[in-house]
Amino acid sequence: MSLGKPLPHDAAPLHVTGAARYVDDIPTPRGTLHLAFGLSPVAHGEILSLDLDPVRRAPGVVRVIGPDDLDPMPDCSPSTHDEPLLARGCVHYAGQPLFLVVAESHRAARRAARLARPGIRPLPAILTVDEALAAGSRFEEGPVVWEKGRAAEAIAAAPHRVEGSMEVGGQEHFYLEGQVALALPQEGGDMHVHSSTQHPTEIQHKVAHALGLPMSAVRVEVRRMGGGFGGKESQGNALAIACALAARMTGRPCKMRYDRDDDMIITGKRHDLRIDYRAGFDAEGRLSGVEFRHLFRCGWSQDLSLPVADRAMLHADNAYHLPAVRIESHRLRTHSQSATAFRGFGGPQGMIGIERVMDHVAHALGRDPLAVRQANFYAPMAEGGQERCAPEPGTRPGALPPDPRDISARMKEEDAAARKRLGAEEVDLTSRGAEAIGHELPPPVPEGVQTTPYHMPVEDFIGDALVAALAERAGYARRRAEIAEWNRQSPILKRGLAITPVKFGISFTLTWLNQAGALVHIYQDGSVHLNHGGTEMGQGLFQKVAQVAAAELGLPVEAVKITPTDTGKVPNTSATAASSGSDLNGMAVRAACVTLRERLADLVAGRHQARAEEVRFEEGRVRVGGADLSFADVAAMAYQARVPLSATGYYRTPKIVWDRLKGRGRPFFYFAYGAAVSEVVIDSLTGENRILRADILHDTGSSLNPALDLGQIEGGYVQGAGWLTTEELVWDGEGRLRTHAPSTYKIPACSDRPRIFNVALWDRPNPEETVGRSKAVGEPPFMLGISVLMALSDAVAACGDGSVYPALDAPATPERILMAVRRQRG
Amino acid sequence: MTDIAFILNGTPLSVSAEPTRTLLDFLREDRGLTGTKEGCNEGDCGACTVMVADETGPRALNACLLFLPQLQGKEVRTVEGLAAPDGRLHPVQRAMIDEHGSQCGFCTPGIVMSLAVAHATGCRDHDDTLAGNLCRCTGYAPIIRAAQAAETEPQPHWLPSFTLPQISSGGTVSGGSPSPGGAVANARPAGGHGGADSPPAAASRPTSVEELARLYEARPEATLIAGATDVGLWVTKELRDLPTPIFLGAIPELRRIDDEDGQLRVGAMVTIAELRAALAPRLPAFAELLRRFASVQIRNAATIGGNIANGSPIGDTPPALIALGATLHLRRGEERRSLPIEAFFLDYRKQDRRPGEFVEAVTIPTEAPGLRCYKLSKRFDQDISAVCGCFNIGLDEGHVVSARVAFGGMAGIPKRASAVEAGLIGRPWTLATLEAARPAFAEDFTPLSDMRASAAYRLEAAANMLTRVFHDLDGGRVSVLEVGA
Repeated sequence: MSLGKPLPHDAAPLHVTGAARYVDDIPTPRGTLHLAFGLSPVAHGEILSLDLDPVRRAPGVVRVIGPDDLDPMPDCSPSTHDEPLLARGCVHYAGQPLFLVVAESHRAARRAARLARPGIRPLPAILTVDEALAAGSRFEEGPVVWEKGRAAEAIAAAPHRVEGSMEVGGQEHFYLEGQVALALPQEGGDMHVHSSTQHPTEIQHKVAHALGLPMSAVRVEVRRMGGGFGGKESQGNALAIACALAARMTGRPCKMRYDRDDDMIITGKRHDLRIDYRAGFDAEGRLSGVEFRHLFRCGWSQDLSLPVADRAMLHADNAYHLPAVRIESHRLRTHSQSATAFRGFGGPQGMIGIERVMDHVAHALGRDPLAVRQANFYAPMAEGGQERCAPEPGTRPGALPPDPRDISARMKEEDAAARKRLGAEEVDLTSRGAEAIGHELPPPVPEGVQTTPYHMPVEDFIGDALVAALAERAGYARRRAEIAEWNRQSPILKRGLAITPVKFGISFTLTWLNQAGALVHIYQDGSVHLNHGGTEMGQGLFQKVAQVAAAELGLPVEAVKITPTDTGKVPNTSATAASSGSDLNGMAVRAACVTLRERLADLVAGRHQARAEEVRFEEGRVRVGGADLSFADVAAMAYQARVPLSATGYYRTPKIVWDRLKGRGRPFFYFAYGAAVSEVVIDSLTGENRILRADILHDTGSSLNPALDLGQIEGGYVQGAGWLTTEELVWDGEGRLRTHAPSTYKIPACSDRPRIFNVALWDRPNPEETVGRSKAVGEPPFMLGISVLMALSDAVAACGDGSVYPALDAPATPERILMAVRRQRG
Repeated sequence: MTDIAFILNGTPLSVSAEPTRTLLDFLREDRGLTGTKEGCNEGDCGACTVMVADETGPRALNACLLFLPQLQGKEVRTVEGLAAPDGRLHPVQRAMIDEHGSQCGFCTPGIVMSLAVAHATGCRDHDDTLAGNLCRCTGYAPIIRAAQAAETEPQPHWLPSFTLPQISSGGTVSGGSPSPGGAVANARPAGGHGGADSPPAAASRPTSVEELARLYEARPEATLIAGATDVGLWVTKELRDLPTPIFLGAIPELRRIDDEDGQLRVGAMVTIAELRAALAPRLPAFAELLRRFASVQIRNAATIGGNIANGSPIGDTPPALIALGATLHLRRGEERRSLPIEAFFLDYRKQDRRPGEFVEAVTIPTEAPGLRCYKLSKRFDQDISAVCGCFNIGLDEGHVVSARVAFGGMAGIPKRASAVEAGLIGRPWTLATLEAARPAFAEDFTPLSDMRASAAYRLEAAANMLTRVFHDLDGGRVSVLEVGA
C-alpha cells in the first residue's frame, strides 16, 4: 500500500543531478527569439511620447512592439480586465510594462529595452493606504462589512478593552525560478505554450483571448515550477501572452524570462495592510466583542485582491469563538505592483490580527497569553467527529430563519452590475478573480454549535487538544518560567516565548473552482500513465497523487508514470492553489483508477467465475480465488478483450456553499489545524534577533506522505517567519520598489531556521471524506510563523516594566525591534 | 574574443569567447548544461554554484559572476559532472534524496555543489557552507540533515582527489607559483598582452605585477578584474561592456600573505576566504566579521584589494582595517606609495587613486587584543551591512589609552569616528564615559536612510555599540549568537 509512505519527491533524483527540466531548460528550436519588457520608471503619469527608435536600432533586435501595435490591447487580468499587456495613455506603477522587445538573445532584448526614452508627465501617485482612503481610491464601491452580533455594544459593555493598530508588511514570493514562458507556434495558427504557472487553464484562456482563438487551439503544458507560492497563479499571464503574440507576429518560437530585478519590480506580492482593532473582554481575557478594520493595499489592478481580502476576513477569528464581531475590509487601489496570491491568500493577514489581539489582551491583563488563547478557543469537536452532527441542508431542527436580506434588491443590482462588467464571453470562469453570481442558501446551523463570524458551524475543532499536547511536549510552562528568570539576569539580551494556533479553512471560496479532473491510461504492457489538472511546484503533489493511483491499482508507485500537466489532456483545471492540490486531484485520480480497476475486475472475475468485488489488486498482482495474475497480463488480456483501458476521473467537493457578498455560508469543507511554540532572543542594543527553537504540531489528517507533509510544515514555518522578520519591502517616496533583488530583499537563509526544530504530525483521520482521510497542508503551516512575531513581542516586553504593550509591527526587523525596545524603556 | 583553456567536468576545453561572457551563460547557452540555474544573476542566491578547482583545492563559486578568462587553467565541475559516469550518485546527492532535501528543486543543484565542495574539504559548518544558497521551499532543515548524513561518507573515487587549500593557521597562502598539471599545463595563456597597440577590446591577463603596472599605466581606462563579485554586476545587471578588461588572477605576487614583524602584508588578490583563514588566530574579531562577509562563494572569489579599491561605503573590510591602522600600498608604473587606509577614502565612491594606479597590498597590524567588530544587517548571513562598527580600544589600568573607531554604513565612505575617539581617550573605561561620548556620534556622522535602515536607527545602534563593546571587553555575553534555547 503506497498511501501514507514517506516516499521522496518523485523528481528528487532529477533535482540532485541537475536533470530536472524547468521551462528555461527546455531545448528550444533553432531561431527562438527572446523577449523583454521596457518598464515605466514612474509610478503614475501620463504617457506623452514613447520613442522606440533607439530600441529598434539596437543590435539583435528583431521587432519592437509598442502599445500602438496592439489593437485590441490584450488583457492580462485574472479578474476584471483591468490589466493591459502594455500601458496605454497612463502608467499606474513604477515597473509597468510600456513596450515589448523581441530579440535574438535574452541579453540583447534586455539591453535594448533600456534604450527607450519614454516621455511621461508625472501625476500625483497614491502610495499608501491613508492616501488611498483619503482619495477614495478603492476597488468595489466601499468596504465589505461582515457582522455577527453587536460588536460595538459588546465592547462598550466589557469590563476591559484594548485597541490598537498594526502595520503588516507584504512579501515577495522569491520563487527561485523566475517567471518564464515559451510559445511554440503550430500549424494553422495554434499555439503551444510552456509556462511556469500554477494555473495552466488561466494561461490557456488568456492566450486564446489575446490571439482571438478558441481555447481548443491553445495548449499549455507545465512539467514543474521552481517554486510558486501563489506568485504563479496570475503573474505568468503577461509573459505567456507576450510570447504568444510575438510568436504569431514573427512565426518563430518566443521565450521570455524575467531577470530577477524585473521579476520583483513587475510582479505582485503578498498584500501589505494595516489592521485597526478594538476588543472588549473579561478578567480571563475572554472576548465578548471585537472589531477589525483591514486596510489592504491592493496595488494598481484588481487581480485577486477581492478573494484575498475575503479570505483575510474569513480568518479574522482564527481558532477563537468570537460572540460578537465586526470586520470591515477596505480594498484600496494604489500606484504600486498589483498585490496578488501568496501562500495563505489573505489568511495570514486575517489571522495575525486576532493573534495580535490575544497578545495585547494577555499583556493588558498580565496573564499568560496561552491561557488567554485557551479561554477563547472554539468548543472542541464532539466525540466521533463530524458524522454525528453534519447536517443535510434543511433537515436539521433549530435552523436559523432565513436571513431577511437574502433576496435583497441590493444584491440583485450587484449581480446585474457584475454580469454587465464581466461581459458574457469574456468571463474568466476558472480564475479566483472571477465573481460568483449565483447565490445558494447556506445550510442551517445545528443547534448549540458555535459559528464563525461568517456563520459557518465549527464542528471539527481540535485546536484545544492539539495546543495542549504541544504545550506539554514543548515544555511551554516550564520554559516560560525559565526564560523569565534568565531575562531578569540578562540586561542586554532578552528571550521571548510564544505559542500560536492555526485554523485554516480548506476549499476555494469561489465554490465552482472546487472540482478537478484526471486522465489515467493503462497501456497493454501494464504500464500506467497518470495525468491530472494539478501542477507541481515542489510540494510533492505529483508523488502524492501517484501514491493514490498506485494504491487504487495495487501497484508499486514506481509503476505509475507521472506526466506534465497539459490542458490538452485534462481541461478546465482550477489553479493549483488554496492548498487544494491533493484533495481535488487525488480524488479525481482515484475516481479514474476505480473506473479502470472495476473494468479489470469485471473481466478477471468473469474469467474465473468470481464476483468482481472478490478480485484483489495488490503488489502488482491481480488475485481472485486461486488465480494470481500479473497486472501486465491483465492489461494485455483486457486489451484483447476490447475493454477500454483509459478513463477520466472527476471530483467536486461536497457540502460547500458560500455567499461572499453577505459573508454567510459554509465556504470550507473542513479546517486544518496546527500550532507552534517559538522561542527567540533579541539584543536590546541593536534589535538583532534569532529564533532559538521551534516546536510544531500540525494536523495533516491521515497523511498521504508524512515526509512531504513534514517538508511543507518546516518550509511553511520558515517562510512565515521570514514574512514577519527579515523580509522587508521598501518603496521610496516616488513609489519605486527599492528592494528588488536578493541583495536587498532578505528571505531566510540557512542559519535563520530555528536552532532546535521539532516538528510532529497530528496524524488523525480527517472527519470529512477526503482522499485517504488526509488534510491539505500547503498553506496552513505558513501561519505557524506568527508565533515568531509574538515571541519577539514577548522578548521586547521583557525590556520594560509591563506597563507598555510592545505593539510590534511586521516585519520585525532589527530596526523595528530596537524602536519597540526604546518605547519600553521610555 | 579571448581564448581560454580549462577543464569542464573532466574534459579539457579550449574556447574562444567574449572576455565578459559569464560561466553561467556559457554553460546554459553554449553547452546545454542547464543543471546550473540562474536565480538572481548577482551572486546572492547560489543556484548557479559550481565547483572550481586549482592548485589550492576545490572551491564553491557562483557561475553568474565568473567571467570565462578567470577560469584559465582551472577545473570546473557542474552538477552534471558530480555523479559517476555509471550514474552512481555522490554521497550528498544520495543524502539529499533520502532526507527530502529538495522540493521545487531549483536551488538544489547549487546546494548540492556547495555541499559537495564542503564534503571534499571536510568542512562541517553547514550553516556557513550554505549561507550563500537560498532555498525558498524547505526551511533548510532537511538540507542540513542531508549534509550531516553525508559527512562521514568517503569522497567518491570517480572525482579527482583535491588537495586541500594550503592555508595554514600560520597564515600564508602557498601556491605563489602555480604548478598546473595535465592538459591545463599545455593550455595557451589567454589573451594578448594588451600593449598600447592592441585593439581596445582585448582582454589581458598579466602574469607579474611589473607587467600589470606597465599595462595599466598605458591603459588607465581599463577595467581591473579581480574576483568579479562587483564588476560582474556591471555586466549582468547594468548590461555594460567593459573596455579592455585586465584579469588579475595570474599574478602570484598579488596573492601573497607575508608576515612582516607582527604585521601581515596582504596582497590585493588575496581572497576574503584566504584572509579570514590567516586572520583567525591573530584577530578573531576581524575573522568573525569576515565570516559574515557575503557567502562562501563570494568570499572564495572576492579579494581584499577589490573590497578596498571599489570604495563602497558599506564594504566590510575597510572599517576593520581603519580601526587597526592598516597601511595601503598603491602602485602606478614604477611609482609606489603607501598611505594610512582611511586617507584613501575621499568621498562617496571617490578614492585617492590616480589613473593607472592600483592597490598592490595592504599591511595589517595584528596586535590588537581589544579589537571588536560588529555588523548589523537585516539578516545575519549574507547581507550587506546597515552599520558596521569596528572598535580598537587600548586600555591600561582602567583608562582608555588608545581608541581607533571606524564605521561603515554611516557616511558616504568608511569613516573614523574621531569625535567619539576623542571622547574616550584618556578617560576611565566606564559606562559613564561611554554615555558621555554618545553625542559625539552625531558630530562624526550624518547617516542616510535607505532600504537597509533609517538614519535614526543607524545613529542609535552605532552609539549602542559602545555599550556592547564595554560588556564585550568585560567578557559579558553580548551577541544573540551566543544564546541557546
